[in-house]
Amino acid sequence: MKLFNLFRSGSSAPVARERLQILLAHERSARSQPDLLGLLREEILAVIGRHVSFDPDKVRIEMDRGQSVTTLAVDIEIPNGQRLSVVPPVGHKVTDTLLSSARSQWSNGLV
Amino acid sequence: MAQVVVVTSGKGGVGKTTSTAAMGAALAHFGEKVAVIDFDVGLRNLDLVMGAERRVVFDLINVINGVAKLSQALIRDKRLENLFLLPASQTRDKDALTEEGVGKVIEELKTKFDWIICDSPAGIERGATLAMRYADAAIIVTNPEVSSVRDSDRIIGLLDSKTLKAERGERVEKHLLVTRYHAGRAARGEMLSIDDVLEILSTPLLGIIPEGEEVLRASNLGSPVTLNSPLSAPARAYFDAASRLKGEHIPMVIPTANQGFLNKLFGRKAA
Repeated sequence: MKLFNLFRSGSSAPVARERLQILLAHERSARSQPDLLGLLREEILAVIGRHVSFDPDKVRIEMDRGQSVTTLAVDIEIPNGQRLSVVPPVGHKVTDTLLSSARSQWSNGLV
Repeated sequence: MAQVVVVTSGKGGVGKTTSTAAMGAALAHFGEKVAVIDFDVGLRNLDLVMGAERRVVFDLINVINGVAKLSQALIRDKRLENLFLLPASQTRDKDALTEEGVGKVIEELKTKFDWIICDSPAGIERGATLAMRYADAAIIVTNPEVSSVRDSDRIIGLLDSKTLKAERGERVEKHLLVTRYHAGRAARGEMLSIDDVLEILSTPLLGIIPEGEEVLRASNLGSPVTLNSPLSAPARAYFDAASRLKGEHIPMVIPTANQGFLNKLFGRKAA
């Protein structure tokens, strides 16, 4: 029976099965992770945007998956021409004390 | 308690509409009250496959927009008095299909029918996601072929995440319906076998519909295959699948090839 199979060129189903198994294992693992980088980008920019104004187009967020560690690089270009200003968070009431303490930290170079 | 069932696949041309018509007619034949809904806005075909294309007056979007009442849009089948069709709109904008509107129509249908079978369009866009949105159960139509199996896997992922049931932490009951199965080609290793498909998709099997000339003949004539050739192999497979959907235990028989002389000599088994 097996010998008979050898003379047959039509046995392509096992190849199909193997290709599908490999592909779907890959696609399923990608699907189970939400868009992590997109989420990180959104949240990081929201936090930084609360305190500094910058051009959202001048932001680079990269994730580099290595063998044992993964690095996350966040590169945000903040223009020098403008004074670093504290932008009050939208929808939040910022007290004067908070603002002034933040300002003094800026000027002291603590941040 | 009404059951909302989506017939879906991701890939086009695998037999969603044919299966919707055949399963709907089979359930109606068993005495169940059935509504089949076409969700393929702009490319409706369920009306044609069921032979009701000349009786369409109002459609799903007319009902959603309040232009027509549900009772005005539902078309009663001429052969089975408890089988109804709600056609898709052929001309209007796809955005007219709203989640809220579909939800209302399905709620109303649930008060009148035992089964609401939603024929999904191909793809994973709005029509397809809305067709599955309110489903209690899903029939995933798959051909034993690589692209169909891959797309079914994708659809299974969507059923587990984008349906109302999934969002509530419940599960949409999933059933695999393998169509266009050719026992001889599977036995010769030319086509994925049932075991291959089941192992890859790990979804319970609802039925195996063998490839058969009766299926094409039935759609040519505008009659579900379960009504047009009820004794044919594909129709019998659809009747069995419909019984299983109702919760009956019908043993699954994998179709076997008509063995040729050489195959008999070598004792080859199908699948």
